[in-house]
Amino acid sequence: MTSKTISYSNAIQSGFCYLLDNFEEVFVLGQGLWSPWYVGQSMRELEVTYGRERIMDTPVSEQGSTGVAIGASLCGYRPIIVHPRIDFMLMAMDQIVNQAAKWSHMLGGQAHPSLTIRGIVNRGGEQGAQHSQALQSWFAHIPGLRVVMPSTVSDARDLLIASVLSDDPVIYIDDRWLYDNEEELEPVVELSLGKIGPKISQEGTDLTIVGIGHSAYQSRVVAARLRENGIYSEVIDLRVLNPMRVETIIRSVRKTGRLVVVDGAWSNCGVAGEVIASVVEKLDVQFLKASPVRVTLPSAPAPSSGALEKNYYISESRIASVCVKLMGDKKVTSKLERVV
Amino acid sequence: MNYDLGDLSNPAKLTDPIDVSGWNTGELIEIYKKMRLIRNVEDEIARLINSGEVKCPSHLCVGQEAIAVGVSYHLRNTDRVFGTHRSHSHYLALGGEPKSLFAEVLGRRDGCSKGMGGSMHLFGGKHGFLGSVPIVGGTVPIAVGAGLAAKKDGHGDVGVSYFGDGACEEGVVHEAFNLAAIYEIPVLFVCENNLFASHMDIHLRQPSDRMSRFAEANRINVQTVDGNDVLAVAKATETLLEKSRKGNGPGFLEVVTYRWKGHVGAADDVDVGVLRKEKDIIAWKKRDPIQRLRQGLVNQRKMDDSEFNAMDREISKDLMRAINEAKKSPYPEQNDLLDYVYA
Ligand SMILES: Cc1ncc(C[n+]2csc(CCOP(=O)(O)OP(=O)(O)O)c2C)c(N)n1
Ligand SMILES: [Mg+2]
Repeated sequence: MTSKTISYSNAIQSGFCYLLDNFEEVFVLGQGLWSPWYVGQSMRELEVTYGRERIMDTPVSEQGSTGVAIGASLCGYRPIIVHPRIDFMLMAMDQIVNQAAKWSHMLGGQAHPSLTIRGIVNRGGEQGAQHSQALQSWFAHIPGLRVVMPSTVSDARDLLIASVLSDDPVIYIDDRWLYDNEEELEPVVELSLGKIGPKISQEGTDLTIVGIGHSAYQSRVVAARLRENGIYSEVIDLRVLNPMRVETIIRSVRKTGRLVVVDGAWSNCGVAGEVIASVVEKLDVQFLKASPVRVTLPSAPAPSSGALEKNYYISESRIASVCVKLMGDKKVTSKLERVV
Repeated sequence: MNYDLGDLSNPAKLTDPIDVSGWNTGELIEIYKKMRLIRNVEDEIARLINSGEVKCPSHLCVGQEAIAVGVSYHLRNTDRVFGTHRSHSHYLALGGEPKSLFAEVLGRRDGCSKGMGGSMHLFGGKHGFLGSVPIVGGTVPIAVGAGLAAKKDGHGDVGVSYFGDGACEEGVVHEAFNLAAIYEIPVLFVCENNLFASHMDIHLRQPSDRMSRFAEANRINVQTVDGNDVLAVAKATETLLEKSRKGNGPGFLEVVTYRWKGHVGAADDVDVGVLRKEKDIIAWKKRDPIQRLRQGLVNQRKMDDSEFNAMDREISKDLMRAINEAKKSPYPEQNDLLDYVYA
């Protein structure tokens, strides 16, 4: 680690500090906030710096505490409710989907729940079916919810800040598999969620790889390997899942003619399929050199046994081999064998 | 802070040997052996965690053995029992095989859930153990439903729901209490109140440390007892089940206890606790449910220490054999992943 780099989890922490330092209407509640064990190193000792009135550890009451955050947000505050596992957040679905998402619209645009709901994806380590889910597609399905998934260190901080400063309910999803990634942190930019969308992380001409959260990180790793072997892929980090803006992706596929979407979640009715459908709908098929491909999880809950778990999650070599196959015989060289 | 539980939550109290009068020695020895077995299984799993062989998150119940043993003493294998994230004791007390539990936590195909669940998802259908899961509160209404089915069956069986003080903070649990009360469902709610939900002391989460108040609000019969006195647990269970088996609705057993280990894993320390103090753990170890029963038997000259030691050695030996067999079990097959998704 050089002095200039900072980890993804520390970037989240710095986002919290920025918000709590600069906006007195921000406060945080959720389970485990007084214990770093729950939230990785992303909220260390915030209660010491900002006090337990602003950093509230809650009882085991996901639905109630989410509703409390919505209520405070309707009365001038910008609460952040933290669910240390997205699986636990399911207990709060009524408050998120029926209440927060609908509030503005069903009341004629006169009131806006300006809360941020942070859900953490925490999987692997034989945690099994109820402690491993990545449910971004559920939330992205709902009009009224903005959904973001940062994959870079700077986005981990800046999308958190943008979420909290948005007047809409925002689902901010971070992934513990990204926490130790180190990058240089640029100065804070206060982004407007209504104005940003997918981001090209790496330019290329041969194929387009779209990733989401952790899978965007994996896509960058794979792209670097492919490039060493003569395949130039364009990597796009989806970042904002709802409302989804696909223009950047369409422009890219028009150039490359090939599209791979990687999402560490199930495929049926999922974000990966949505990206492909949105692109194909708007792109003249003559631009496509191959059928678009999804890389997702098997249609099964997460197994506990490590023997099954190791083949369950998406590996970088699996993504690489999908990309190589998509290139057909056009670019296959003997060197490519080493990529996968 | 409201200490409504009085002596029950004060570790300086209730440390005396257990009064065994009126109990048959053979029964007491069986009860002792069950608790000792559970303690030793947990100690072995702790060792397997430390050696890196067990990788799944495991919530050990060391210090809380008397509850499952006392409750199960009055259960039969046609009852329908549901557990939590901390359910090794619930499974073993009903007669679940240690080998199947070891195999499960080791991720093997001979595990009680075929290696698909790990420590947090246990199944023991033939013993009446219908499942444990780590979503807090998740199984409480399910146990009520199993009780409803038992009521329809009409054979006097009951549903049993184990859950913790933390689960009492989930809304669904209160819906379940109300449903059980209004439909007069034969279900036994067993609230293992260990005064903590992961890192948080009960007093930081609720205005009272007494969970029975929720049952009283739903007019459910209540017994609140020392969860480290296995005979008190058994007696209270018997009282509540007598009514439920006759069709007089649910019962609520609040058993006050303390976990000796960290919330999850093998650590013997103060964990990540807010308000959890080393001196409390030391004090609570004096209310050891196993030692208290043993001392009660020794004081009555029913057994002496050398007989107990021989019995303990026998249990350890059996467990070593069970672990070795579990380690020989194969891992799940790749097709298991998809084969178990649908019936
Ligand atoms: C719905 C849900 N919320 C949060 C958690 C995280 N969690 C796991 S165990 C636990 C504490 C539960 O406390 P309690 O019910 O008292 O059981 P104990 O661990 O004390 O046996 C929590 C909060 C969870 N597993 N499920
Ligand atoms: Mg507890």
